[in-house]
Amino acid sequence: MSATGQDLGLLDTMTQKSEAPKKATRSAYGETLVELVALGHDIVAIDADLTGSTTTAVLGKKYPDRLINVGIAEQNMIGVASGMSLAGKTAFTGSFAVFGTGRVYDQIRNTVCYSKLNVKIVPTHAGISVGPDGGSHQMLEDIALMRVLPNMRVLVPADYTSAKAAIRLAAGTPGPVYVRLGRASVPILYGEQFALSSYESHHDLCHESLAESHGNLQDDSSGNAHKLTEDASQMSGGFAFGKANVLRTGTDISLIACGIEVAYALEAATILEQHGVSAEVIDVFSIKPLDETTILGSIKKTGAVVSCEEHMLTGGLASAIAELLANNPGVCKRPLGRIGVDDRFGTSAEIDELFAEYRLNAKSISNMALSVL
Amino acid sequence: MLFNEEEVRKSATQLRKDIINMISKSGSGHPGGSLSAADIMAVLFFGDVMRYSAANPQLPDRDRLILSKGHAAPVLYAALARAGYFQPEELGTLRQLGSRLQGHPDSQKLPGVEVSTGSLGQGLSIACGLALALEAGGNDFAGVDEPGGNDFAGVGEPCGVGFVGNAAGGDEAVGVVGGADAVDAGVLGAAGGTTDVPKKSPLKSFSSNSRRVFVLLGDGECQEGQVWEAVMFAAHKRLKNLIAIVDNNKLQIDGSVSAICNLDNLNTKFSAFGWQVQEIDGHDVNAIKLALEYATNSEFEGPRVIIAHTIKGKGVSFMQGECGWHGKAPSEEQRLAALAELDDGSLISQSLTSGGTL
Repeated sequence: MSATGQDLGLLDTMTQKSEAPKKATRSAYGETLVELVALGHDIVAIDADLTGSTTTAVLGKKYPDRLINVGIAEQNMIGVASGMSLAGKTAFTGSFAVFGTGRVYDQIRNTVCYSKLNVKIVPTHAGISVGPDGGSHQMLEDIALMRVLPNMRVLVPADYTSAKAAIRLAAGTPGPVYVRLGRASVPILYGEQFALSSYESHHDLCHESLAESHGNLQDDSSGNAHKLTEDASQMSGGFAFGKANVLRTGTDISLIACGIEVAYALEAATILEQHGVSAEVIDVFSIKPLDETTILGSIKKTGAVVSCEEHMLTGGLASAIAELLANNPGVCKRPLGRIGVDDRFGTSAEIDELFAEYRLNAKSISNMALSVL
Repeated sequence: MLFNEEEVRKSATQLRKDIINMISKSGSGHPGGSLSAADIMAVLFFGDVMRYSAANPQLPDRDRLILSKGHAAPVLYAALARAGYFQPEELGTLRQLGSRLQGHPDSQKLPGVEVSTGSLGQGLSIACGLALALEAGGNDFAGVDEPGGNDFAGVGEPCGVGFVGNAAGGDEAVGVVGGADAVDAGVLGAAGGTTDVPKKSPLKSFSSNSRRVFVLLGDGECQEGQVWEAVMFAAHKRLKNLIAIVDNNKLQIDGSVSAICNLDNLNTKFSAFGWQVQEIDGHDVNAIKLALEYATNSEFEGPRVIIAHTIKGKGVSFMQGECGWHGKAPSEEQRLAALAELDDGSLISQSLTSGGTL
């Protein structure tokens, strides 16, 4: 992995965070569903009285029969989605992440995952970046909850472009998928060019062996996947299940981030550069399956790592990397640095205040990197 | 296959014997709630009610059955086996390592199980989604979006594909119980009257709600809040092709439903939410048949529920009405005693009303 940000189609402005155009990942939701329905996907969205916030209302406005609003009844939301998937629909669920995963955990476990249904768990408002609504609404355990479920795949898009890709991938891939979306406006890291490039796009995502190496997947360019599936995966460009993207190459430390933290990690790399530290930044778009090859390769090269997520330190990305390192002893020469929320609930405040208070911002990441080194 | 009261009774007895044998062999399982549902399941599968194909479990135009009370898996397995989905010998593998017959139904393992269940309270929501999607023209093959279902052609169905005859109208009902002042009245023990209307061709008679979704709930299960989310939703969406059946056996693990958290009058509760409600003796196969016919054929603009009053452990004297038999396997001695009683049949023929249990 020697690609630079520019090679990957990153927007030129991305290294200067303040100048970057911003958009919330949730804003990709409804509009991408509209695009997929227009392409012929048999998609329905089932939401629970939050269609404006999740943006599924955009789908309902264009295709009224494709949006089911069950009211404030999240358990029923998952059940109805499950039933519709049994009739052949690709069912996307909504609500906020705290309710759309935590409140309905048993429904997701025992109905969606146990029956391996074609239900996509795509709530919005994940993480502490929900802001002023406070701890009750700041979901910090969802990656952990979804990651441990058999049959579930977990995508954590870092920006609007990758959020669109995640939704397309989810639609084009049979079985349960969790896509973590946020409320906050976050820098757009990837250009449309990257999202629409044909880079590794043609593999047959219907295949169950998604965790397998990219090499295997590339054999399928003329595969006989369902046409719609192929469309969806092509449109997902450089994003795929089990694939992390190296956004900045470096030699001294690997900053391995997901979601909103990717932008902060890029900013931290700039800070670290001023300290003479060369940081590599990796966007772990797919938490499960995990791109072990890219992540291990980077850590082998740098010998040090900091994980970055707006999620509990337990169960999420940090845990996934710790598990990977435990299975590969000797790769990491330094203690695992972890940026995340340390066993406490969130609180009401503006996002910048929260990311300072909970030590999730660029300064916190660069400080952690320096302490690890 | 037309409705034949005697044959359906025999089927129900067979299911009960299967249940006893299976659970005895596995050494664990839930006999009480399986036995209480045996007559309901016998009518659904062998009483010319559900359209299904054992040879083609994924037949697009089949009716769907969801066993929301998943712990009654043995009665479902017995019905599937006797309907030809698999050899009855396989029933003996219940709960064993490598078996397709899991302790609770697993749709990933056993054809004929529409969806995995076992965590109570979820089946009705799933049934709502299915009913909604099927009504809108969904089917099992992705990418097809035309309204109306597939046709029935080209599929051999060796058994069970029948078409319900003309409605046994509410007028024929006797013994209305409960306070169902809303819409359709409840029916209790509707007398006699097997339907001998010739089978219609399913090819021509599919209406928009022709694919029906049956879901079997327990009464104890109705303590789950999600059930009532779904009850509200089904009425709101006027899901005419949704037929819920409550196996109202009045017991749960820790004791009687009324003592633990009383459901009180399920009839008025469902009625208040806008459902068509019938209330029947859940061990009277004629009553079950008539109620299902009425539910499937009435013009009511909404979901339908049949509250089937049953006895937990029905058919085995020492299990009947005993919540201790919710989840316990009979010993070999008890197994033989139970089979003898089932062969004798006197307990089975005892109606609820004569026993005064209702």
